[in-house]
Amino acid sequence: MNTPIRSQRLIGLFAAALLLFNFPLLALWDRHALLFGLPLFPTALFLVWGALIALLALVIERTER
Amino acid sequence: MLSAPLLVGASFAYLLLLFAVAWYGDHRAQQGRSVIDNAWVYAASMAVYCTAWTYFGSVGRASTSGVWFLPIYLGPTLAMILAWMVVRKMIRIARSYRITSIADFVASRYGKSPTLAGLVTLITVVGIVPYIALQLKAIASGYAVMTTVPGEAVGSPSDWWRDSTLYVALALAGFTMVFGTRHLDTTERHEGMVAAIAFESVVKLIAFIAVGSFVCWSLFDGPADLFGRALDNPDLAPLLGLEQQGRPFAYEQWFALTVLSMLSVVFLPRQFQVMVVENVNERHLRRAVWVFPLYLLLINVFVLPIALGGLLHFGAGNMNAESFVLSLPLDRGWHALALFAFIGGLSAATGMVIVETIAVSTMVCNDLVMPLLLRTRRFGARAAGDLTGILLGIRRAAIVGVMLLGYIYFHVAGEAYALVSIGLISFAAVAQFAPAALGGMYWKGGTRGGALAGLSAGFALWAWTLMLPSIAKSGWMDAAFIAHGPWGIELLKPEQLFGLAGLDNLTHSLFWSLLANIGAYVGVSLWRTPSAAETSQALLFVDVFERTEGSRPVFWRGRAQVADLLPLVARFLGAARAQKLFEDYAAASGVAGVDEIKPDARLVQFVETQLAGAIGSASARVMVASVVEEEALDLDDVMRILDEASQLRAYSHALEEKSQSLERATAELRAANEQLKSLDRLKDDFMSSVTHELRTPLTSIRALSELMVDDPQMDSAQRQHFLGIVVAETERLSRLVNQVLDMAKIESGHAEWHTADVDLRALVLKAIETTHEVFRERGADVTLDAPSAVATLRADPDRLTQVLLNLLSNAAKFVPRGSGRIHVRMRSDDSGITVEVRDNGPGVPVAEHALVFEKFRQGGDGVNRPQGTGLGLPISRQIVEHFGGRMWLESDAGQGACFAFHLPWQIQEGRQAPDNPTANPVQGGQQGGAPQ
Amino acid sequence: MSSKILIADDEPNILVSLEFLMKREGFDVSVARDGVEALAAIREQQPELVLLDVMMPGKSGFEVCQEVRADDALRGVRILMLTAKGRDTDVAKGLALGADAYMTKPFSTRELVQKVREMLG
Repeated sequence: MNTPIRSQRLIGLFAAALLLFNFPLLALWDRHALLFGLPLFPTALFLVWGALIALLALVIERTER
Repeated sequence: MLSAPLLVGASFAYLLLLFAVAWYGDHRAQQGRSVIDNAWVYAASMAVYCTAWTYFGSVGRASTSGVWFLPIYLGPTLAMILAWMVVRKMIRIARSYRITSIADFVASRYGKSPTLAGLVTLITVVGIVPYIALQLKAIASGYAVMTTVPGEAVGSPSDWWRDSTLYVALALAGFTMVFGTRHLDTTERHEGMVAAIAFESVVKLIAFIAVGSFVCWSLFDGPADLFGRALDNPDLAPLLGLEQQGRPFAYEQWFALTVLSMLSVVFLPRQFQVMVVENVNERHLRRAVWVFPLYLLLINVFVLPIALGGLLHFGAGNMNAESFVLSLPLDRGWHALALFAFIGGLSAATGMVIVETIAVSTMVCNDLVMPLLLRTRRFGARAAGDLTGILLGIRRAAIVGVMLLGYIYFHVAGEAYALVSIGLISFAAVAQFAPAALGGMYWKGGTRGGALAGLSAGFALWAWTLMLPSIAKSGWMDAAFIAHGPWGIELLKPEQLFGLAGLDNLTHSLFWSLLANIGAYVGVSLWRTPSAAETSQALLFVDVFERTEGSRPVFWRGRAQVADLLPLVARFLGAARAQKLFEDYAAASGVAGVDEIKPDARLVQFVETQLAGAIGSASARVMVASVVEEEALDLDDVMRILDEASQLRAYSHALEEKSQSLERATAELRAANEQLKSLDRLKDDFMSSVTHELRTPLTSIRALSELMVDDPQMDSAQRQHFLGIVVAETERLSRLVNQVLDMAKIESGHAEWHTADVDLRALVLKAIETTHEVFRERGADVTLDAPSAVATLRADPDRLTQVLLNLLSNAAKFVPRGSGRIHVRMRSDDSGITVEVRDNGPGVPVAEHALVFEKFRQGGDGVNRPQGTGLGLPISRQIVEHFGGRMWLESDAGQGACFAFHLPWQIQEGRQAPDNPTANPVQGGQQGGAPQ
Repeated sequence: MSSKILIADDEPNILVSLEFLMKREGFDVSVARDGVEALAAIREQQPELVLLDVMMPGKSGFEVCQEVRADDALRGVRILMLTAKGRDTDVAKGLALGADAYMTKPFSTRELVQKVREMLG
């Protein structure tokens, strides 16, 4: 298969996101702790989400050579 | 509370603003300066995904189950990661085949099946009406919260004509009609509507963030304070973890919600509309795939704070959490913010309703009403008459119909259910399209039968396991079958089908419906081989990226006439549009006019595609088939046409290559011809120059001789003078003849070369001595700067002498009389010997450097043109080059000229090896020890 | 009174022979060695006839011819072009620019004298 490298990266990112947003990796954040004074679990969820969006932007906006 | 007139006035003012934005968008589109041809606007229009359900429902969900509102937004993020592949392909397919709805997409793929189109439309209407009801419910309850005196029960008006929700629904229907069905377009695009939707997305985001900020920083002392107080509250602390209501984390439900929303964000009619149909440029997707998830993240950041803030502020159970967005600012007396929040909610609801009704009305018109209408005698294939007005009428009626259905649903059943539950039922309905649509894009084996079976099975199970129980629970029908199964058959209990227990309703329903859907789709598809129509459409869909517009195979065979096709298009698009389309087609295919269009398969396909844009691909197929004589294609025909298309592609590729190489060859030939011509011109010039040079001395010789012949009595001094001139001119003639011959010989390679060991220093000295008299005559000074000895070269000493004499006499001609200075410099290095002859004459402008070595191009500015044949320098250069050296000129006007040549040690005479192989090391040794 | 003739040529040996020839025929002869000098002499002396070489430094015979013809004061000057270039195009160009006659080098002295007399007669 000669899938373009960008498509391969996107598929990889999709797999990573699917794993990060589901059991059991998601459950790892579920503990009583504070991050910057905020509860760890929701904060971490949003941070992971934001990081994935940033990565997606990086992959998709980078011009393919 | 706020006064009802104020609220209603503000709402209608906002709708007017929307009208203005939409009008502006349409206006700009007509001018060809699209406002929505922009990736950011495209991304914002995608945010129509966030409806009142997001705006009000998420807070409600968060207040009972914490982070469980999130999977609905994580799913779209996942979908967007793959959108560059999947959605781009959908856009390309839709654009290529003028597909304007999800029903058309599925139907077109499976052989343009009207049945399939109708089924998809039916599922959509049944699935989407509750969702539209949800929006109306949100507006209604928002209105109630805003206008109710605190403490009093929130009630709804008893008389339907006093119900503001009805008027909201009718206003929205009006708006949708104006911007959704103003004209018939074969691409079904609505620029103004998209502009308004993008605007609404911005409004609702800002409004929600404003309320969130108010809660975090005004109601509480920052997020840390808010969360800290929530964590201290034993009722609220669990909302910040995964486990809810004492049950362990239901990861299968979480996963099901993620997958469900992932599919919905693509297959919801409104998402398909803005993402695929309204897409202006495929490249916008590149930005939208990350901006849209970012939008989702931003609009969700404050959901938990608002939910927790509301619960802390009002105390759990005292206030409907779904209206916290409004009630929190209201309670604090921040009326302006509350109003803005209400407008934000209105944005979220109206945006969804407008796009959804446009999308659904297109489907209802094209895929339910039109097929039936076209079967009647009055409107059928044989009938004449313009149908554009009727088409628009149907669309408008469909919009009002869908809106009223939503209103009725809201009025009758809506009260019983929370916003989120209604939304999820709709999501689960449209998720049924995924197997047929996605399968159709990537698997050529899927058939119409498979798609029908899959969709029917999925829809039936969805209705049984999700829809009916929800209706029963709202009290419309006896709920006994939920608890005991129909007719007491426990195995068929809708929420524990075949005894599958332990799953929540949604996951349970999704599991069974998608399992049956996929199973039936794949199973039935595999049962028999696809028909010709299915195969041809499968090829066009799956391989859409592999062919460009012009090189797609056309799976059609038969006979057609322009005179039949043009009126057909005119019936559905109007006469003027049809004429324009045919004229453009004629121009694109390179014929003079509509009359000369060849009625071939490509034209039929063109007509069918245009019609598909207006009435859907299934109806278009029926209509086209009714006016042309078609031959049925079998599978072999399809494969042959595909082969031919591939071959044609290969041929055209080869042809292109051939024509490119022909072009190259032509260019080369032309260049060669130019060169020959210029050589010819050069030769002509050469002959002309030689003639001139020969005739000039002949002129004086002849004239003087005749004078002497005529006058035998001429005195002897005079006669002697004339005879002297005759002799000199004769010598000049001989010299010229010799040089021309010399040049010709060297150039043709016939010159004789007498190679010997040459001491160049001795040759230079001898040449200076020979020209001594000439320099003395002109009063010029010659100086020499040379090593005391240099190694010998293998060369022809006579020829090199010729070169040196040439350069010296050349210099002598140009130096100023009486003050001339000529400096001869000799240098030897590892590579060879360089001789320079520098003068203080007028010099040569850089632009003319190349010319001085050309034949008969004499230096000088004309006034001081010296005597000479104009062949000296060209011959000298030829000689030097013959011995592997090179000759050049360093000079600029006014700076004097320096002619120089370099001869290498390793002389390759005529590009042959040196005839004395031992000469080189000996020379090297001598050169190395040469004293200065 | 003998007719005034100007001879313009950059080849000194041709000048020598033409000057001798024309003087022998009894004309009042002056010479010029290039185009600029020739034009100055024509303006100053207003000769009846100019023997004009084409290939001259400074100004070519063609240019001199053109300027003479453009000057109304020099209307009476006749021009006999002499050239070593024998191509038809050169002859045509000379005549088009207003030369009265054209002779190719090398010429017969007898023919030249005859031509000059014709032009002056």
